[in-house]
Amino acid sequence: MAANYDYDEAPATYDDANRQELGYDPNFVPDSVKSFVVHLYRHIREKNVYEIHQMYEISFQTLSDRLFKDTPWPSVDAVAHYVDNDQVFCLLYREMWFRHLYARLSPTLKQRIDSWDNYCSLFQVVLHRVVNMQLPNQWLWDMVDEFVYQFQSFCQYRAKMKNKTEQEIALLRQFDQAWNVYGVLNYLQAFVEKSNIIQILEQEKEGIEQFTATDGYDYSGGSNVLKVLGYFSMVGLLRVHCLLGDYQTGLKCLLPIDINQQGVYTSVIGSHITTIYHYGFASLMMRRYVKAIREFNKMLLYIYKTKQYHQKSPQYEQILKKNEQMYALLAICLSLCPQTKLVEETVNSQLREKYGEKMARMQRYDDEAFAIYDELFSYACPKFITPSAPSFEEPLVNYNQDAYRLQLKLFLYEVKQQQLLSGVRTFLKVYSTISLGKLANYMEVDEPTLRTILFSYKHKTHAVDSDGKIISNADVDFYIDDDMIHVVESKPVKRFGDYFLRQIVK
Amino acid sequence: MVRERETPKQQQQVSYTVEQLVAVNPYNPDILPDLENYVNEQVSSQTYSLDANLCLLRLYQALMAMPAPDFSLCLFLIPERVQMEEQFKTLIVLSHYLETGRFRQFWDEAAKNRHIVEAVPGLNAGFEQAIQTYAIHVLSLTYQKIPRPVLAEAINIEGLSLDKFLEHQAANSGWILEKGHGRGQLIVLPRNEFNHPELKKSAADSVPLEHIT
Repeated sequence: MAANYDYDEAPATYDDANRQELGYDPNFVPDSVKSFVVHLYRHIREKNVYEIHQMYEISFQTLSDRLFKDTPWPSVDAVAHYVDNDQVFCLLYREMWFRHLYARLSPTLKQRIDSWDNYCSLFQVVLHRVVNMQLPNQWLWDMVDEFVYQFQSFCQYRAKMKNKTEQEIALLRQFDQAWNVYGVLNYLQAFVEKSNIIQILEQEKEGIEQFTATDGYDYSGGSNVLKVLGYFSMVGLLRVHCLLGDYQTGLKCLLPIDINQQGVYTSVIGSHITTIYHYGFASLMMRRYVKAIREFNKMLLYIYKTKQYHQKSPQYEQILKKNEQMYALLAICLSLCPQTKLVEETVNSQLREKYGEKMARMQRYDDEAFAIYDELFSYACPKFITPSAPSFEEPLVNYNQDAYRLQLKLFLYEVKQQQLLSGVRTFLKVYSTISLGKLANYMEVDEPTLRTILFSYKHKTHAVDSDGKIISNADVDFYIDDDMIHVVESKPVKRFGDYFLRQIVK
Repeated sequence: MVRERETPKQQQQVSYTVEQLVAVNPYNPDILPDLENYVNEQVSSQTYSLDANLCLLRLYQALMAMPAPDFSLCLFLIPERVQMEEQFKTLIVLSHYLETGRFRQFWDEAAKNRHIVEAVPGLNAGFEQAIQTYAIHVLSLTYQKIPRPVLAEAINIEGLSLDKFLEHQAANSGWILEKGHGRGQLIVLPRNEFNHPELKKSAADSVPLEHIT
């Protein structure tokens, strides 16, 4: 399970490595661990996916909780001889080893670099050799998820230059390829391409291939590893591009996955949530508010109905966190783009409970409103990163907040531009027709200014969708005839659709 | 593995999306040294000016792409420090005017900064035209019948040029020129679902499939 995104690492110095090892013998292998690796190794060789999943999801957690609460697992060298020194198993074990370290402890710089090396080796094997394994989707998702998480964590760590020791700086200079943004993107892209996953999904639509139907598993004696890693890498790419502020590219990477359907991305709850969270966030930043609202609504409803089944899982905390963040994002979207019919009953009442008051204040667009937009955005946004390496010139500065500050600033800028729209909306709800002159009077502006406000209202409520089409998301609309404003309610006269539905059900 | 070498000119190495670079050279760790230059340029202020022109060019193109949100998408990717440079600030102001429907202010500011537009090599000569197209787009969302002065201000065309323009639009784009109520010309814009609500396909009647299944 990928570590908590909020994990705020204490400044890990070079000496931490020694401190960690006090009371930890990397070569000591408790019997339960020996048993664990022996069985896991056998199950992987025998392709017992169910057993692998049980061991990976449950046994590993249980042992971690019991024996390795705040120390790492035994080193891979200590367990290797129990598993025939199998290279691939050792890479997999190390992957879990580092993931555990990140989750429970503070990785040192050397450990971060070693983890990168391990991913490189593991990924090279999958990409360049014929791998004859079937691994559970949960594990394969966790690999991609953790890979991106460690990249994000590294960028944030590296950007805090102020208190770096000389050894750390030396290491950073020496291993400048570790967690390089292009290396990360390269691997994810490589998985997508080498697995041919995009073509597989295309061909699946035409009935030539099977992928989703088998949850990505291969029932003809082959391996699911490359294909599923390729699949999950599309989500990984969406996430990385969001972290970089490149929302358009992120969404493009996700295109081959149809989020209006079930798919392999919904087979693992973590993947499902990560996909929709980032899709929604990217849509929000691209001003596709209706899209974002629709997806957040669906996801939040799903979590509401199913979270009880995940109470015991290690993902539970993360699920709850993302749930709260999506409510915050939904509150933002609905404040910027009021809609009446898009949010389901249950979700709506939860939303009112959590953010009802704040949403009312956000729509006042005064100073307090901006403070609330700031607060919600900062709480719910991804942990943006600056991908470039630091300048090693004095004075050393911390620039880990730069990326976040820029995204926040630009977001609030957009909010500011929508400030005057709220006032117009209020008046439009009251009148069916009104002259420009009169409305200008009521709003205490001159006519030319009113015209700019009305233009702005039209522009901001008519978004450009992914096909370049214009779509209105205005809950209240108007048109002008010479100097007369005619208000258009989007309330339909009669909902035939509903009526027919009820008849069908009968 | 052999791959094509990018020419050493920095301008050609700068790519709006990293995707493009990686796509050309799949899973090849050798691309890292090349691309690193790009990344380092972003940080070291001395060499950034080499990329500034390309950045500005992209911003102008994004402005011309309105109403698409390309301009803000570009800004998300440009470091704050760079956005504070004079030319970028000017462009951001221009974008702001267009986003908030302040066409008169836009044309005034653009005229004052003509030298920037002309200084950017490769800038499409159709900049003015692209903005006029955007203005007309917004007007078409808003107005069924628009008074001549309002139109003139929005597209920055007056007098005889405007007459010619209107004739052209009437002949080719379905605009209709009317006499106003003693206040001058009214222009009837083409009907669409945004300025003529009756043309809107009833969204309420389209029931999403998931509600039925």
